Amino acid sequence: MGTTQITAPPGQPFIEMSREFDAPRELLYRAHTDPDLLVRWLGPRKYEMIVERYEVRDGGRYRYIHRDANGEYAFHGVFHGDPSPDGITQTFEFEGAPGHVSLETMTLEERAGRTTVRIHSVYQSVEARDAMVESGMAEGVNDGYARLDDLLAELSARQPAASRG
Amino acid sequence: MEQDRLSAVFGALADPTRRAILARLTQGDLSVGELAKPFPISQPAISGHLKVLEDAGLISRTRRATARLSHLEPEPLRDATEWLARYREYWDESYERLDELLETLKSDDTERTR
Repeated sequence: MGTTQITAPPGQPFIEMSREFDAPRELLYRAHTDPDLLVRWLGPRKYEMIVERYEVRDGGRYRYIHRDANGEYAFHGVFHGDPSPDGITQTFEFEGAPGHVSLETMTLEERAGRTTVRIHSVYQSVEARDAMVESGMAEGVNDGYARLDDLLAELSARQPAASRG
Repeated sequence: MEQDRLSAVFGALADPTRRAILARLTQGDLSVGELAKPFPISQPAISGHLKVLEDAGLISRTRRATARLSHLEPEPLRDATEWLARYREYWDESYERLDELLETLKSDDTERTR
């Protein structure tokens, strides 16, 4: 299906992400707000996902845990404003880095039966954003670094030995 | 990799001329004059770009007779992609799973309306 576009401009404290899905907006909204559905897709497969609470309303809280053989990674936050298929705004905090809170705004845009999900995440500082990306969501970005993927593909094609780890 | 170094690498890669310079250096070391040839900009401007690349650790420079040669240093590029890769993997895998879930939900809805 679509590819995930991730933009993390140098020197700016935000990350932008977009992805197109072959489904109507209502279905995407359900998949993002129904905890029974959320556990079926959010995070890599190697994690078991446990949703402790997921109160999708203005001021509602959420907390979920990714668990694997190595341990648990918990995340929590609060919904701001009335969540709707037009958009969801929420705070986000990884409990492994307490006090580092980001503000995430998601929008869903449907066109001809396909829906584009866009997420704009603002961090408290560039350093906080970079640390978050570096930790890779407690374990686990592209176009903003101006076609870095293309460049690397080109570099590795021309100089395979040097680009190898 | 430390954050300052990483920011310098990404800052250096943000410019198309500097990316083109790096791509050319994959074929071998070049002097400023040789590097400047394909670009519609002056040699001093190219030198400015080389300074940025050198500060980011993406190239090193050595002297050959009277010319200074630029040499590609691939290590920071490798680190930079690793920095991006883990975050990307998280979302790529999540969204692949979401694609599958959406297909299931769509066929469920079709069953129900029958």
